[in-house]
Amino acid sequence: MRSSAKFAAMTAVMLAGTSPTLAGTLEDVRAAGELACGVSEGVPGFSNANSEGIWEGLDADVCRAVAAAVLGDAGAVRFVPLASKQKVLAVSSGQVDLTSRTTTWTMKRDGAEGVDFTAVVYYDGQGFMISADAGISSATELNDVTVCLTTGTTTELNMTDFARANNLTMEAVVFEGKREAVEAYASGRCDALTTDSSQLAAFRTGFADPSAHVILPEVISKEPLAPLVAHGDNQWKDVVTWVVYGLIEAEELGVTQANVADMAANSGNPSIQRMLGSSGDTGGLVGLGSTWMVDVLSAVGNYGEIYERNLTATLGLERGLNAQWTAGGLLYAMPIR
Amino acid sequence: MKNTYIGSRPGLLAKKLVSLLLQGMVLAAVLGVAYILFATTQENLEIRGIESGFAFLWREAGLPIGDSLIEYDPSRSYGYAFLVGVLNTLLVSALAIVFATILGVMVGVARVSNNWLLAKCAAIYVETLRNLPLLLTLFFVYSVVLASLPHPREAIVLAEGYFLSKRGVYLPRPVAEEGFGIFVAAVCIALLLAVIFWRWAGAYKRRTGTSVPGFWGGLAIFGTLATLAYLASNSPIGSELPVYKGFNFKGGLALKPEFAALLIGLILYTAAFIGENVRSGIQSVQAGQIEAANALGVSRGVVTRLVLLPQALRVTIPATTNDYASLVKNSSLAVAIGYPDMVSIGGTIIGQNGQAIEIIAMWMAVYLTINLIISLVMNVLNARVQVVER
Repeated sequence: MRSSAKFAAMTAVMLAGTSPTLAGTLEDVRAAGELACGVSEGVPGFSNANSEGIWEGLDADVCRAVAAAVLGDAGAVRFVPLASKQKVLAVSSGQVDLTSRTTTWTMKRDGAEGVDFTAVVYYDGQGFMISADAGISSATELNDVTVCLTTGTTTELNMTDFARANNLTMEAVVFEGKREAVEAYASGRCDALTTDSSQLAAFRTGFADPSAHVILPEVISKEPLAPLVAHGDNQWKDVVTWVVYGLIEAEELGVTQANVADMAANSGNPSIQRMLGSSGDTGGLVGLGSTWMVDVLSAVGNYGEIYERNLTATLGLERGLNAQWTAGGLLYAMPIR
Repeated sequence: MKNTYIGSRPGLLAKKLVSLLLQGMVLAAVLGVAYILFATTQENLEIRGIESGFAFLWREAGLPIGDSLIEYDPSRSYGYAFLVGVLNTLLVSALAIVFATILGVMVGVARVSNNWLLAKCAAIYVETLRNLPLLLTLFFVYSVVLASLPHPREAIVLAEGYFLSKRGVYLPRPVAEEGFGIFVAAVCIALLLAVIFWRWAGAYKRRTGTSVPGFWGGLAIFGTLATLAYLASNSPIGSELPVYKGFNFKGGLALKPEFAALLIGLILYTAAFIGENVRSGIQSVQAGQIEAANALGVSRGVVTRLVLLPQALRVTIPATTNDYASLVKNSSLAVAIGYPDMVSIGGTIIGQNGQAIEIIAMWMAVYLTINLIISLVMNVLNARVQVVER
């Protein structure tokens, strides 16, 4: 009898221990006083630890913005470097609260892999980089080439789709890590390197002679990169989504890191007043404090400032598709009211 | 006495019953826990909206594989792509086991050699390779291989149709031509005759005590007959030469740098361990036996073959079984240097599909199967070399 009682007790423990605790990430983060944010293992411009070990980049700043909105402290982020094939699993299993790591929003991931995407932070597309002396000017001439790429991403699928659609033969050398793939390309193992165009530009800056490599003009896929959260926690998804919209909206309205305090006190624009909590309580709609956007903007600045700091200043990337809708781009934040 | 005997029977029976009952309860508890784990996992997956089951194996893979033993293109299924990975794992493991054994035996013998330089070189080799993580060895071999080879445009031509470059080694692919069937039949007959001669030589020696060189004689018979057959059937094997076109070599057989680096890395690393097994095996044979054999005037080769080896193997084989199993598991490091083994391809499938549990279960099943087979074969071999006590 005693052993069966023990067995029943053990069963209860196991059941309790493995029960899903999906709802309430917002409360969990507040209780922990820290946001666990999944980032890459090092992609310059997006998330990359600098020589002092501080994470820099657009994706890293999105983590900081969420921490600032939820905890009022942009420094309360625990960055968790994730390999490509872990990035979806880490968030669906609850290892991180949020993954902000150049992850493409696809139907399969959204529908069948236990995650929800929030709002697009970067419109990217996959491209090819090849040595300039190969004399190639279009990706459609890439027949019989050897291509280096990384595993666990949509990159492989896009490449084979493009090759099949254009009757090209491409031989793939698939690596686990981005660095190994880039090194293999640099050493001449492959003729070409393929990944998102923004990352090709980032890696090119690291080569001894960047001008010896060209990024071909074809963009062979749509890669809308968005932060992702676990499926089923609607409140948390709302929080992350609206922080991203807030960053974009702030740029549109001209609120910057420098003028946010002044704007909060003196702006007569009702949209700005609502966003910064001077009138009404927009933060309260998603469970945040009323000064949520003041905290976010004074910590990391608006989307334009984040882009300029991480992608234009260091990698020379133009805004392109990532300009505001008013400037011919695709960025269009839903109204904050 | 009688009473005790009768009385003890039900006692014994009760003891047995209690013991059976306890074992049954433990078994039920283990199965129960396993079932609960399985059920909660299923439930959690469902709550999180993650698909489960093996239906994805029949869906189109769409992923590229650079090195495949069987015909593969991205329109094949995930299951087929995984099979390509399993075959790659098997190929690299099998070749690495063979060559690591050969190198390991050489290193082990060199370790106990009377030649000071040879013994020290072997010792340095063993200590270096054994104490470095295999991953570092692989990275090192891979970067050395890549750095030392030229671009395919300036490929080193070893002989006509043999090219060495950063894309790997390209060789002519043998192609069967007219008369190939007859040639194969003739070679089989030659092999049969050679084996018959070898066995006859053995029997003759046992009967008369006169030694006939059976092995070398058989080899000579086989070589002569096979060459004659090749000439008679008018060169039945042609070759398809690789040609450099556009960016790469077309046609021919290819040995890719990733495969070569993984194979070399595994051989070098495992041979260090096998070398130590061989050394300990050799040193476990009492020196007196060798001295006695030498004193009888038996030739050195025979001493090694009939006195030293059978006894050394008793110590060497069990330890080497473990090293073979480690080698197979270590081949999963292929993913770091871009060789499409089972783990690399499975990882891609997880990335595209999100069904990690299924793929990990498949990895475990395959590794377990391979290693159980290795273990079985080695145990049979071990049973044959052990002392039969009468």
